[in-house]
Amino acid sequence: MLHTFVAYVEDRPGVLTRVASLFRRLNINIHSLTVGHSEQAGLSRMTVVADASAEAGHRIQASLYKLENVVEVDDIAQAPSVTRELALIKVGATPGTRSQIFELVEVFRARIVDLAPESMIIEMTGVESKIEGLIQVLNEGDGRILEICRSGKLTMRRGHHTSGVLTAMSSGAEEPSEEALDAFAVGPQ
Amino acid sequence: MGNETQAQNQPPARLTGAEIVWATLVGEGVTDVFGYPGGAILPVYDALRKFPIHHTLVRHEQGAAHMADGYSRASGKVGVAIATSGPGATNLVTGIATAMLDSIPIVCITGNVSSKVLGSDAFQEVDITGITLPVTKHNILVSRAEEIAPAIRLAFQIARSARPGPVLVDITKDAQQATAIFNFEAAKPPAHRTHPMRKLAESGLAQAAELIRNAKRPVILAGHGVIESGAESQVRALAERTQTPVALTLLGLGAFPASHPLNLGMMGMHGESWVNHAIQEADLLVACGMRFDDRVTGSVSTYATKAKKIHIEVDPAEVNKIIKVDVPLIGDLREVLESLLPQVASRDGSAWLKTIDGLKGDSAVRDIKNLPDSGHLYAAHVIHDIWRITGGNAVIVTDVGQHQMWEAQYYHHEQPRSLITSGGLGTMGFALPAAIGAKTACPEKEVWVIVGDGGFQMTAGELATIVQEGIKINIAVINNGYLGMVRQWQEFFYEKNYESTPMVSPDFVKLADAHGIAGLTVSTRGAVEEAVNTARSTPGAFLLNFKVEKEDSVYPMVSAGSALHEMIRRPGGKDPLEES
Repeated sequence: MLHTFVAYVEDRPGVLTRVASLFRRLNINIHSLTVGHSEQAGLSRMTVVADASAEAGHRIQASLYKLENVVEVDDIAQAPSVTRELALIKVGATPGTRSQIFELVEVFRARIVDLAPESMIIEMTGVESKIEGLIQVLNEGDGRILEICRSGKLTMRRGHHTSGVLTAMSSGAEEPSEEALDAFAVGPQ
Repeated sequence: MGNETQAQNQPPARLTGAEIVWATLVGEGVTDVFGYPGGAILPVYDALRKFPIHHTLVRHEQGAAHMADGYSRASGKVGVAIATSGPGATNLVTGIATAMLDSIPIVCITGNVSSKVLGSDAFQEVDITGITLPVTKHNILVSRAEEIAPAIRLAFQIARSARPGPVLVDITKDAQQATAIFNFEAAKPPAHRTHPMRKLAESGLAQAAELIRNAKRPVILAGHGVIESGAESQVRALAERTQTPVALTLLGLGAFPASHPLNLGMMGMHGESWVNHAIQEADLLVACGMRFDDRVTGSVSTYATKAKKIHIEVDPAEVNKIIKVDVPLIGDLREVLESLLPQVASRDGSAWLKTIDGLKGDSAVRDIKNLPDSGHLYAAHVIHDIWRITGGNAVIVTDVGQHQMWEAQYYHHEQPRSLITSGGLGTMGFALPAAIGAKTACPEKEVWVIVGDGGFQMTAGELATIVQEGIKINIAVINNGYLGMVRQWQEFFYEKNYESTPMVSPDFVKLADAHGIAGLTVSTRGAVEEAVNTARSTPGAFLLNFKVEKEDSVYPMVSAGSALHEMIRRPGGKDPLEES
């Protein structure tokens, strides 16, 4: 099954290697990985999507926590969450074929962000399947796809879950509050 | 910790990075290090004479890592190894991995080329933090003198916290040469963050107590964690109160006294048959500081299928990794047991203990040491005699292979830290250097190396280290002319195709003599006792070359992938001593 791990990690050299190496050792392919600044100075937020057995999720989460530079890990699994992906798609387009592409972009609620004499760039945000859909119809149409650049999944739980844990961890408390950690309970579920 | 106080009381002063390395080590209470100098670590060596630290010059950096490891296993303190960049650093890797697999706290300090040329393939440059990333608990690359003290202090904290392990600090040469204000106190890292999934549920304690109360055939599985956590008396209290027998992992030997009536002995691939049968018949396993390694479970699908399982473990990543457990109790073993014990009442375990006793009779008949002297020398006899003569009070450091298993079977350990052996990685060549580390940590203890002829030749160069250090170690080479354990596998599973296992060795007594170490060759059972006594009474190091039966095998054996109760037994009915 596809696991989505959200990790807060120290923003310093080598941390990405440590996280990636953990998946490499298990011979697990990372489907997508996004990293960027978080709401906390000095901490980056990663969303890692990887295909592993259902049982492996617990072990990967526990092993990620063993990395000294990893502050917090959440296995989103099937929990209610918001997931988005950003795609930039460059398509070959002449004045004659543009209008058809404009229509598609309108239907998919995407945007044109660059227009050149022989090409244009479409920006689209959405769930993976929606982006796949746009790519498919573009391929079927007159326009020729020249380049695709996709961000990979960005995921955030609905409600206060993640930030609650982070607050507990950064407040200097020895251990996060019971409430914040309920979702991390170890053992048979 | 007198040194630490001293370091704390010293006013901050401007020191070179090299001096900061030693000053920080002194502050951490380090008195001994093991290392080998070279270009990129020379500033550090140049500053050594100013500090009250004893440096043991090794003959190969692998030895330095094993010595730091043996030092730690014998004393419970953090061992320290030092090496230069490039090949010096890569030579440490096997020793670091050995410590990683057995959760041993060591700190390795390596020099590296100057920060200006990092990544330029400079002379003796290697990406050692990259190389050791998967075999260290953590590693740190330091390129500024200001960062040295905080990095080393953090390394010590990480090495000894929770589940211990090796940490490497790689320091560029320019950082060693630059100066910085040294303030030991200010370099203290923030309190170690507890693993967020390490959370002991009260409900788990109640469930565990309930399972223990209702069990008819319980077994405690005690591992290395008992020793690392210092939970020997708590495990003993649990066993005695509930009259539960205790089976030990290889690294758990010594965690529970061998002579205790509730001690079963070693479990697993070469565990005695009654131990493995008891585990397979048990209705409750209480796993304490052990990780269900494949060498103790045999086939996982058939492992202890009748038993409920309680797993007390400090590392959340070990829970449900190999064996699905019913009640995980995550935390420091001693703390968890102290919380659990008040909820546990005494119970009568006599029926179950009697059943297990019944299983022992058959094994005693097959036991090689109970057979009459045929004139042949068997490793079991040698080890049993060393145990008898040392009264079980020596620190035994073994290598890897058949002799390691015979040691586990025939030397009965009463005290924790009296057996030092590479369990997880199974590193041949470990014994001799690890023994030097153990003797350095515990000079008052009698230290014996038990090593095969193969493993001995991997690190025999450290004989010179023993002489240079003037330390007393007794070395028993169990010499059968084969890579014995591999030969045994070839006998059992590869139709006796002894490919590349017969081994020609030098005359070990002459080799020892060339180093200035006295020695004796022993080839009969009757001569063992006197030889062992000679070794013990000789003031310097002593080597005993035991020429043992060439094709003896370790029994019982659970072959890889078999169920734990499916053991290959020593051929019964006939006397194996008469076979050859």
